[in-house]
Amino acid sequence: MANEGIGAAVRRKEDARFLTGRANYTDDINRPGQLYMVLVRSPEAHAELVRIDTAAAEAADGVVAVFTGADLEADGVGGIPCAWAVDHEDGTPMAEPVHPVLAQGRVRHVGDPVVAVIAETKAQARAAAGLVDVEYQPVPAIADVAGAVESDAPQIWDEAPGNICFKFGIGDAEAVDAAFDGAAHVVTLDLVNNRLIPNAIEPRAAIGEFEPTSGEYTLYTTSQNPHVIRLLMGAFVLHIPEHKLRVIAPDVGGAFGSKIFHYAEEALVTWASGKLALPVKWTAERSESFMSDAHGRDHVTHAELALDDEGMFLALRTKTLANLGAYISTFGPAVPTYMHAVLFAGCYTTPVIRAVVHGVFTNTVPVDAYRGAGRPEATFMLERLVDIAARKLGMSRVEIRRKNFIKDFPYQTPVALEYDSGDYGGTLDVALELGSWNDFETRREEARARGKFRGIGLSTFIEACGAAPSALAGQLGARAGLFEVGQVRVHPTGSVTVFTGSHSHGQGHETAFAQIVCEALGMSVDQVDVVHGDTGRVPFGMGTYGSRSLAVGGSAIQKALEKIIAKGKKIAAHMMEASEGDVEFADGQFTVVGTDKSTTFGEVALTAYVPHDYPEGLEPGLDETAFYDPVNFTYPAGAHIAEVEIDPETGVVELVALSAADDVGRIINPMIVEGQMHGGMAQGVGQALLEACRYDDDGQLLTGSYMNYTMPRATNFPFFATGHNITHCTHNPLGVKGVGEVGAIGVPAAVINAVVDALAHLGVEHVDMPATPEKVWRIIQDATA
Amino acid sequence: MPTVSMTVNGKQVSADVEARTLLVEFIREHLDLTGTHVGCDTSQCGACVVHLDGRSVKSCTMLALEADGAEVTTIESLSNGVELHPMQAAFKEHHGLQCGFCTPGVVMSVLDLVSRNPDPSEAEVRDWLEGNLCRCTGYHNIIKSVQAGAAAMGG
Repeated sequence: MANEGIGAAVRRKEDARFLTGRANYTDDINRPGQLYMVLVRSPEAHAELVRIDTAAAEAADGVVAVFTGADLEADGVGGIPCAWAVDHEDGTPMAEPVHPVLAQGRVRHVGDPVVAVIAETKAQARAAAGLVDVEYQPVPAIADVAGAVESDAPQIWDEAPGNICFKFGIGDAEAVDAAFDGAAHVVTLDLVNNRLIPNAIEPRAAIGEFEPTSGEYTLYTTSQNPHVIRLLMGAFVLHIPEHKLRVIAPDVGGAFGSKIFHYAEEALVTWASGKLALPVKWTAERSESFMSDAHGRDHVTHAELALDDEGMFLALRTKTLANLGAYISTFGPAVPTYMHAVLFAGCYTTPVIRAVVHGVFTNTVPVDAYRGAGRPEATFMLERLVDIAARKLGMSRVEIRRKNFIKDFPYQTPVALEYDSGDYGGTLDVALELGSWNDFETRREEARARGKFRGIGLSTFIEACGAAPSALAGQLGARAGLFEVGQVRVHPTGSVTVFTGSHSHGQGHETAFAQIVCEALGMSVDQVDVVHGDTGRVPFGMGTYGSRSLAVGGSAIQKALEKIIAKGKKIAAHMMEASEGDVEFADGQFTVVGTDKSTTFGEVALTAYVPHDYPEGLEPGLDETAFYDPVNFTYPAGAHIAEVEIDPETGVVELVALSAADDVGRIINPMIVEGQMHGGMAQGVGQALLEACRYDDDGQLLTGSYMNYTMPRATNFPFFATGHNITHCTHNPLGVKGVGEVGAIGVPAAVINAVVDALAHLGVEHVDMPATPEKVWRIIQDATA
Repeated sequence: MPTVSMTVNGKQVSADVEARTLLVEFIREHLDLTGTHVGCDTSQCGACVVHLDGRSVKSCTMLALEADGAEVTTIESLSNGVELHPMQAAFKEHHGLQCGFCTPGVVMSVLDLVSRNPDPSEAEVRDWLEGNLCRCTGYHNIIKSVQAGAAAMGG
């Protein structure tokens, strides 16, 4: 049998259905008699709702129902809940205004849903939506996060004076101030971390279906975490108990964080299906996605780093304004705080750190986790500061990093986290080799001879993923546990079905999780199927985000496998008339130690289901479930190197080479790991060079389609170089860390460090993202004027 | 409602459709061929690419009536679901897909490329894919897959 266990580049089991058009995405599902929902969305960024006239729409062909916020309110439908609250530093709770499913009295961003029109066909619903007459009374709007905290800014919520949701702080301010006072050098940086739109290629979709005889609702939805949606929507919005609500997230076409959150449309189709006793389907058009999917990033940060004469970091002090949008999204407050500020040690021994983050409301789409979620922002700030410090002190960019690296583990940072393992110097060595760092200067000179500015940039990073120890998350404001569930069902003839609370939407869990089973039980991947994405089949789950699936979900499967093997040993001992303690299991065989007596896993499985001759008191069957709650986060780390060439005549930045060396923990499937790295790297390049969500001063979304939001295309990239320097996680049973986000975290800083390096001879110290041709051309013009 | 007739994956089909019905709506909603996807509303993403008389087209960008009398082939025509077409097999072998949503459009698109250029260079593949967005792979393994698939097809 070919080795298909841990470490094998097994080709993906799920690929055949995707490649042949037989996948099953939410919009591919059609339920008998289904109706279609189209939403009337606000064209205003901020306005009072004066009047909603639905008469013409109700009278239109095929229209079955038209619902407004008043209908939902009258039926007791709740607001969309926040799953992670962040207190002010003084301990008082954050401002938490109600986020209605359909707007109540006021709209607060372009795209805010106002009216739901439901008709027999999609075309009828769309036509009728155009007949809804909403009178808006516009009031002043603010989209810009820095502008929103000015004293004369429009106020978005009565309960959030100054548009402040929370004022978060972490770290010892006095110790940091003292360190700055005595420092030989201080470098400062003001930066903007550009707002991004996740843009999974599958638009969100949802179908609600109600069965009147049982009172059971089913929601099909494009979600990364169907159990979380069942909990949030069932308990807080629609008041449907779990046993009457099944949430199915079938094949999901990319997510990158944007499909974690509970969205209004999910609640609307579910509620409406109950009211109408017919299935109701909604599928986003891409233009709706742009104005209703949660956006990412959008920080303004002032940062300062204090150093001694030798280039050792003494202290870090930052203040960030984080745009939360008009409403608090599911994990919106957690992203710029507990996924951002607590990462500010990076890979370095900086002894004292003080970070302040203000969460700010604006008239924009809610902001929440997007691939990396807080950690790309932390890395960008820190790695830009380190480059600026290296130049100021006349040190090499490699040596200043190496000198400040954490070398001993476990390491307690001054911002809460305790890193368990790593080898940052070794990883940097791999990256320097991959990126041909040491002979770069000849390439710079060669480019200069052609009239081009060539630069190279380095970024190291740490991330915390595998969220999270539930008790710790609870102390920090999480309103749910963050464990994961794995069930391993061994069938009578020895094949296996795994049920996991993680959700695969491109990550290849159906293959990688099967490999964990192969490794443990000594079988091939085609004997193992992995089921996910259905609350009706999987016992429970917290879903997939923050690179947690393998570290938490995979560990839960491993724990369940340990239970299977332990029970199998009892059965095998009985079969072989041996003591349980003398039975060993390896390569699919139970063996009595020191004898040639053995029996196969398949024979033990069959005996468990045909227990004619069976251990007394032992339950038949071989089906075990584990709930795994990690004791710490995992800490993937890496070093990324970008090389760029700038045409000074046009400002075009060409990405010439991109290399990533990552410590992602133990690797289950190297092919999948490399693919995850590539995808994250591409999104990192997108942030650095191409992508920016723009609002105008009135809160109008200027980048509302692929015509004006620059998506990365095949021509934007060279082939990537990837490598590893692996250390194992010390506290989970697989030794794994996580890989989904590494590229998006490390690459933006590496690319911008390369752009600044290419322009450094002009005196350029910083370039905000994205480094578009126009921006770079203007910088060159200004510097050479 | 006007009647539209065409050959789809070798089968003659005919239906009464609203005149505004897009070809992709006809394929997905009337014929239940859901392998062809819709990812945008501005003809940018390429998830909806099918072949019309042997050439790749974005099926969201034409009316079903414009395909009257034409030969349309979709991703479902390439394989019975068990034996993969060499291009599909290359995508599996080289991990040229992750979430799979853009994949049918990408595969249909590059088959047109290979029919015109049996041995495309990296730059030619990247350039050809200008009209297909993938958010998962960074395109790296797509390019490798296309070149391997072209070679396997005899390029």
